[in-house]
Amino acid sequence: MSHTFDEISQQLKRRHRKSSRLKWITMGSLGLAGLFLVLFFADMLTKGLPAFQQAYVQTEISYNEEAETDGRQAFDEELLPIISRTVVRVIPMELRNNPDMIGTSEEQWVLANSEVDQYLKGHRNSLSAEEQAAIDERVEAGQVDMRFNTTFFTNGDSKIAENAGILAAVVGTVMTMIVTLAIAFPIGVMTAVYLEEFAPDNRFTQIIEININNLAAIPSILFGLLGLAIFINFFGVPRSSPLAGGMTLALMTLPVIIISTRTALRSVPDSIRHAAFGVGCSRWQVVRDHVLPLAMPGIMTGSIIGLAQAMGETAPLIIVGMVAFIPDVGASFTNAATVMPAQIFTWSGEPEQAFVEKTAGGILVLLTILISLNAFAVVLRKKFERRW
Amino acid sequence: MNSHATVMNGQQTPAVGQPYTRNNAACHDVSFRVRDLNLWYGKNQALSGLNIDLFQKNVTALIGPSGCGKSTFLRCLNRMNDLIPSVRLEGLVEMDGRDVNASKMDEVALRRRVGMVFQKPNPFPKSIYENIAYAPRMHDLVSRKAEQDELVEKALRDAGLWNEVKDKLQEPGTSLSGGQQQRLCIARAIAVQPDVILMDEPTSALDPISTATIEDLMDKLKDQFTIITVTHNMQQAARVADYTAFFHLGEIIEYNDTKVMFSTPAQKKTEDYISGRYG
Amino acid sequence: MQTNQLLLIFCGALLLLGLLAFFAGRSKATRLRSAGTAMFAQPDQYAWFTVLSTAGPAILVGAVGAFILLLLGADIPTLYLLAASLVVAAIGLVVSLNQVRPDFHARQAIERVIRKILAGAALISIFTTFGILFSIISEALRFFQMHSFWDFITGTTWNPGASFLASAGRGDGSGAEFGSVPLFAGTFMITAIAMLVAVPIGLLSAIYMSEYAPRSVRTVAKPVLEVLAGIPTVVYGFFAAITVAPIIVNIAGFFGLDASYNNALAPGIVMGIMIIPFISSLSDDVINSVPDSMRQGSLALGMTKGETIRDVVVPAALPGIISASLLGMSRALGETMIVVMAAGMRPNLTANPLEDMTTVTVRIVAALTGDQEFASAETLSAFALGLVLFIVTLALNLVSVLMIRRFREKYRANNL
Repeated sequence: MSHTFDEISQQLKRRHRKSSRLKWITMGSLGLAGLFLVLFFADMLTKGLPAFQQAYVQTEISYNEEAETDGRQAFDEELLPIISRTVVRVIPMELRNNPDMIGTSEEQWVLANSEVDQYLKGHRNSLSAEEQAAIDERVEAGQVDMRFNTTFFTNGDSKIAENAGILAAVVGTVMTMIVTLAIAFPIGVMTAVYLEEFAPDNRFTQIIEININNLAAIPSILFGLLGLAIFINFFGVPRSSPLAGGMTLALMTLPVIIISTRTALRSVPDSIRHAAFGVGCSRWQVVRDHVLPLAMPGIMTGSIIGLAQAMGETAPLIIVGMVAFIPDVGASFTNAATVMPAQIFTWSGEPEQAFVEKTAGGILVLLTILISLNAFAVVLRKKFERRW
Repeated sequence: MNSHATVMNGQQTPAVGQPYTRNNAACHDVSFRVRDLNLWYGKNQALSGLNIDLFQKNVTALIGPSGCGKSTFLRCLNRMNDLIPSVRLEGLVEMDGRDVNASKMDEVALRRRVGMVFQKPNPFPKSIYENIAYAPRMHDLVSRKAEQDELVEKALRDAGLWNEVKDKLQEPGTSLSGGQQQRLCIARAIAVQPDVILMDEPTSALDPISTATIEDLMDKLKDQFTIITVTHNMQQAARVADYTAFFHLGEIIEYNDTKVMFSTPAQKKTEDYISGRYG
Repeated sequence: MQTNQLLLIFCGALLLLGLLAFFAGRSKATRLRSAGTAMFAQPDQYAWFTVLSTAGPAILVGAVGAFILLLLGADIPTLYLLAASLVVAAIGLVVSLNQVRPDFHARQAIERVIRKILAGAALISIFTTFGILFSIISEALRFFQMHSFWDFITGTTWNPGASFLASAGRGDGSGAEFGSVPLFAGTFMITAIAMLVAVPIGLLSAIYMSEYAPRSVRTVAKPVLEVLAGIPTVVYGFFAAITVAPIIVNIAGFFGLDASYNNALAPGIVMGIMIIPFISSLSDDVINSVPDSMRQGSLALGMTKGETIRDVVVPAALPGIISASLLGMSRALGETMIVVMAAGMRPNLTANPLEDMTTVTVRIVAALTGDQEFASAETLSAFALGLVLFIVTLALNLVSVLMIRRFREKYRANNL
């Protein structure tokens, strides 16, 4: 009837093998997920890092009179296919503004054409073999060089790849986020305070709760439809503006802020409330003077995470028109603007190889900001974390 | 010291291997031999210098105030303490002539022979039938469906549950009452045909009637299995146990025939405890 | 910017009135108190009461007036509206100053108002849901007036091209077809691929983290997985289109298969990667809240750890795992950027994941980013698609919430 240890162990061998197989499979799955992450970042870095380098050409600019009408006349003809069109384009204007420059000449490092840039980075390009040889010669002579790409951080969008930058999108993102936070933070915190501290536990409150949880899971694109139909078509908020985008994102961020604020409020122990009630505070005074200050770190953490989420959101912004071509930094909340993810989306649609690099570069900038924000939130939480 | 009983005492070195006899009756076979067992949770010593022989086909009760180490000791017998990372253990626990803590000992094989019933009934989230059939099937104890049905019925009958559940075998195990759930857990344990069944305060979460049912069950099951039970309840120990060990602060103060222990305790501490002075 | 200046003047005037109210209210209350009268509240509370009753009604009148006028479709006579609210503010000031009396419960009055304001904020989330529903349904109804609902649900050809001619006054738009079946087929195909990636990897990772991993691995692995959820979808879209799709085309080519660069596999796989943390994180929580007594019960029967996990822990956590998967699925159905960037534009009813196919969200974006008139059938079709998307995701979310609630009740786990 009863088995000895050896008999049982014999039978167990197979089962132990199966058991450890499960362990390895689960471990492998986690490893696979980690591997995806590593591959992803490696891919983005290899594609995006070159965007922060840009080829420059040493050239002599002779400000002659023909150049006042045709910028090309200021350059050596051999150089024209190499340098960027934007450099050529600004010459006449410059001369018109400073007429006494005519007749002078100067040595300058100017932006190279994106094809040259791509060739030097070893990417696909449309240069012929001769042109490539000519560039190689100039590189040997030290007349073509790779430098840190400041244009990328100081310019807005451009159809000319080497002139395109992310600044307009960054400013647009900041403006949109200001609108988003200005709306979502107070309303979110107020809602959470109401639900957690004031609301009676009745049907109405339950409906609000279910509704908030549901809002958090609604596809973001539907918020875009709301923004388009209500904010833009009904209230007449200007299309493509940070105001329209910010309002739309605010509604999306609202549930995130509400849920995290409620968690933060709930983690303040009731003993604090009772103590405050005990010294004669009214409910509102208890919340304002005791509960909210204690919950603030948690609320801030949640809001930052919500902000980071909103910052990476694209779909609803496309619907409210924030994919416009924006070469200049936006001036007001009602002017057309673009945001970083939308800029990335626009660039990704450009056929030129140089824009692939720009896209990945933009992605790196966006990811850096998002990771910093999240890291900041984590630090904030760690620093103020309190066990009651 | 009594002439016909070895009183095992933490302070005194016991007579190792000396057979325990009761009323000059035949010797019982030893199920577990425990020698110099020490156990630490991190830095806290929970068991110190335990020496005890547990006998086959008997009910042995481990009693003592809470925190005295009786549950910890019970869990040494089927190495459930392995699940707690901070536990460190020294000494010998021997079953069937084998050190259960040896590196060559497979704890799964050990647990297959030493079943356990827990304080709170913990049926699996499966049907009543599956709760019982699951383990024997995994252990290859049954090969055909008919055999399996037969085994389930036998286990449920042995646990005294068959008449109550025979019409609802496919219902979830959690749908039963607390006492029924605990008997289901006992049925589940005996279905794998172990040698020993450990019971960790099996009735502490139950009502008096369910408790009585389970006590009767223990009495019946001791013909087939060695039963070692931890209990808070001295009356229960007096009612069901053949032998009783009294634990205090991680040591075995006294170990004796239950009747002897409760009528003429050898140690002052035991007397104080069973007369309700602390605990 | 006439309106802007008016608004600025209005805000300035309101601010001045508010300040006036504050100081007038406080000085009156202080005077009363220094005269020796016992009062129900502090002077500051009277001051805030007067401020609230000055600004509150005025802003309310302004906002409600503007809203009603917008609703009626009339031009807002901004000047009159703002003037009216200022008058209301002045009245509020006078009335509330009059209320500064010793027997008036200023604090309670303030708190009643604050409570109302907080409740009002809580209503915004309800309004948002209604806003989404209202905007989608009303536009979708306009669409269904132009094209039959039945054709929309059962039609297998999506060809909105001709509708824009109709709205431009050329042709009658009869050539346009809005059969959404191929769009939904594409959506479900890509979602299915995503779930095939996300559910096994997410669940198995969760099992590793909660059952096997040492503490140190767990504290690192969890946030690292969360990073996957924090990456913006537009970035995933780029990754899918530029990196993954060509790899798939190459692999397919190696096996002699013909794959499109807009194949459904690339967005599906990348979407799956994106959803992994949603599933792993919730499953991890659920597995952790399966009571330890279950595991011990199984181990005590002589089960191996693997058998315990497979046959006891996972079945016990199943409702939570299903709920997590449903949430992940709803996320995949509504995901937009990955498919916009990596999936095709061509409505294609096929079972071959190597072909290009389009999805509901792609068509919504396509319909709303063109230069169409808003009232054209193509633009409105976006709202009809949005309506279906809303209903499907809502159903998935509700089922998921119900399942997790049942799980929580069963094991009294409070951390979910």
